[in-house]
Amino acid sequence: VDAVELALAGAAVNLFPARLQMALSLGWHIVFSCFGIAFPAIVVFAEWRGHRRGNPALTELAHTWAKAMGVLFAAGAVSGTLLSFEMGILWPGLMDRFGEVFGFPFVLEGFAFFIEAIFVGVYLFGWDRMSPRAHMLSSAPMIVSGIAGAFFVVSANAWMNNPTGFRLDAAGKVVDARPWAAMFGPSTWPQFVHMWMAAFMVTGFLTASVYAVGMLRGRRDRYHRFGLLIPLTVAAIAAPVQIGVGDWIANTVAENQPAKLAAMEARYETTAGAPLSLGGIYRDDQLHYALEVPYGLSLLIHHDPNGVVPGLEEVPPDERPPVNVVHLAYDSMVGLGSALLALGAWFGLVWWRRRRIPTTAWFLRAVAVSGVAAAAALQAGWITTEVGRQPWIVYGLMRTADAVSPAPGLYLGVFAVVAIYAVLTVFTVIVLRRLASRHDTPAPQDVEESPPDRHAGEAALR
Amino acid sequence: MNPDPVLPEVVLGVMFVGLIAYALFGGADFGAGIWDLLAGGTRRGRRQRELIEHSLGPVWEANHVWLIFVLVVLWTAFSGAFAAVVTTLYIPLTLAAFGMIARGAAFAFRKSVTTLAMRRFFGAAFALSSLVTPFFLGAVVGGVASGRVPPGIAAGNVVTSWLNPTSLLGGVMAVLVCGYLAAVFLCGDARREGEHDLADQFRARALAAATVTGVVGLGGLAVLRADAPALFDGLTGRALPVIVVSVLAGVAAIALLVVRRYVLARLASALAVATVLVGWAAAQYPYVLPPALTIDQAARGTPTLVAMLVALVVGGVVLVPALIYLYVLFQRAHPEHPGSTPPPRTGAVVP
Repeated sequence: VDAVELALAGAAVNLFPARLQMALSLGWHIVFSCFGIAFPAIVVFAEWRGHRRGNPALTELAHTWAKAMGVLFAAGAVSGTLLSFEMGILWPGLMDRFGEVFGFPFVLEGFAFFIEAIFVGVYLFGWDRMSPRAHMLSSAPMIVSGIAGAFFVVSANAWMNNPTGFRLDAAGKVVDARPWAAMFGPSTWPQFVHMWMAAFMVTGFLTASVYAVGMLRGRRDRYHRFGLLIPLTVAAIAAPVQIGVGDWIANTVAENQPAKLAAMEARYETTAGAPLSLGGIYRDDQLHYALEVPYGLSLLIHHDPNGVVPGLEEVPPDERPPVNVVHLAYDSMVGLGSALLALGAWFGLVWWRRRRIPTTAWFLRAVAVSGVAAAAALQAGWITTEVGRQPWIVYGLMRTADAVSPAPGLYLGVFAVVAIYAVLTVFTVIVLRRLASRHDTPAPQDVEESPPDRHAGEAALR
Repeated sequence: MNPDPVLPEVVLGVMFVGLIAYALFGGADFGAGIWDLLAGGTRRGRRQRELIEHSLGPVWEANHVWLIFVLVVLWTAFSGAFAAVVTTLYIPLTLAAFGMIARGAAFAFRKSVTTLAMRRFFGAAFALSSLVTPFFLGAVVGGVASGRVPPGIAAGNVVTSWLNPTSLLGGVMAVLVCGYLAAVFLCGDARREGEHDLADQFRARALAAATVTGVVGLGGLAVLRADAPALFDGLTGRALPVIVVSVLAGVAAIALLVVRRYVLARLASALAVATVLVGWAAAQYPYVLPPALTIDQAARGTPTLVAMLVALVVGGVVLVPALIYLYVLFQRAHPEHPGSTPPPRTGAVVP
């Protein structure tokens, strides 16, 4: 009994630091994975346009992006390695009990990542060494595996939100695990498409913001114009799609995780004709100081102004997520997403009417901050889905507190992770800045010496 | 508890192939970093470091995905054993993960910076983490092999499970093996690039590392006999033929190095290392976590194992050609001297 009590004490001490460590590791990794998902397609598009139009500015832009992609991919790879350790080190209860059900997509993700790593190397190496056609063809596995990898990882997270594909026996032990079925629960597709579009928005706005800053500093050459134009177009297309996907995913949450939806809206009472609440502080089962849009929530969820939306009162108090965090994160995501949509519309309108980038400095300033805004929206969305699932690690089945490792001293890990990621962030920024100012800076996957001219390279490869 | 006794062993066997691949390719990567550490001052070590960077260059990420592969197969197919290992041994595993981050990031970024101070800093981070990471991974193996990881979450002692004679031996052996493999591999790389003096330097190191590794390995048996008698009995009993093959391969590798047959020496040394791992597996068979948990007990449900095997086969069919393509592309690509201008290309030089 003493040993059990000691172990439980360890778990209680470890819980918050472990959650913090996981949140930090994932929050860092997710930004880089966005580039792994969306950037390859954007880079190859720029390469293709540059080749077809015979435009050296575009080709140089694509080459610089390819190198940046290499740097970002390396940063994503090392942070992903840590995550795969942390899954077990921090949450052994989850892996022990449910690993056989939802661990499987990680195996597939391992393959997808492997393929992507190989072909990022091939793509960078093949620059100027392969024929343009062969080079662009070689990028196809890189693009596909980036997207596939995102699907696999998101499907594992979707499983934690809506566990399917197994039965529990009387003792609560998993029997009859069907890993393929577990990958395709009700949350998988909406969550994946949401993440996919988010990746395009984050990558598009962040990349465009770099060139907006350059243009604000007076560098308005073709290189910078294209550098802004291509990623911003991608992001501007993804933004309205994301609104539709948002509706889809909100409905999925309402159906499968009513407590999460109630927390997102900070709604205590089950209400017919529920208003949409923006902002405010939730205290004593009541939301204060919020802006309310009458019937908004019922319309959003049921597409009917009198639809009934369940509130937190339906859920036992010890099964409610922390309301303020979830509500404010959700509102931040929606608010930032709407602002980005407006920015994309502004750009689209001017482009449609005048075939040019808006010339006012305010537009460039808006694009310059849009990257950070998109990344913040991404984090806010991630917080919404993760904190909104609490206190469960597997919704309705296993509490996060029961999954954490009771190992003594585990809580110290978070300090090390903070320090490591601080250093890693500084160096990633240094290298990317250097790449932006000096395009001949080699990427991690580049071979050191300068490539031969195109014809010699082709001859060597034949 | 599995109705089919063969399936779990097949899945675990495939995982073990991944582990061997990691030991050989990832191990050579770590070892190259160790030689980078020992290459001497900035000026004196420059050519060696260039050769090392050149050999690792484009494939460093691919070599380390093997470890991810091992982890995910374990946590899906042998979830309970995985949870037991990573919680009891979380300290060396976390430190190894930090080492991998430092190593990967430093290696990736150091060629993108130009100032000497930054290059030195990244170089030092790369080299030091190359030394400590395999040590911690070897210590983990030692902890499992000596029966210090009981089933159950954090059920073992989180300190003595990896600070013990067998783990110490495992860690030291891992570092030595990495250094040995890298030196052997670099001999061939140096010769292919026409740097015969460098090839001779690495040949001398490979011979020294082989001798030290052999002595520590055989002397380590005495440590095992005292500290992990069950493992010792396995190694000198059922696994003895495998260990004999390992010793013979090691001796053959030394002979091949002496006569400068570097390609064959690579194969022989790879065999010597792989058989050490196979010997460990044979010695503790049928246990995943000796002395309590067998493969059969640790394996999860049949549908999961079947799904896993299907994924491994299909994934392998996709992956292996891609990997071969990568290696062929890069091995062809730079037969020139590092740091000099490329001479006219004369077709493929594949070892």
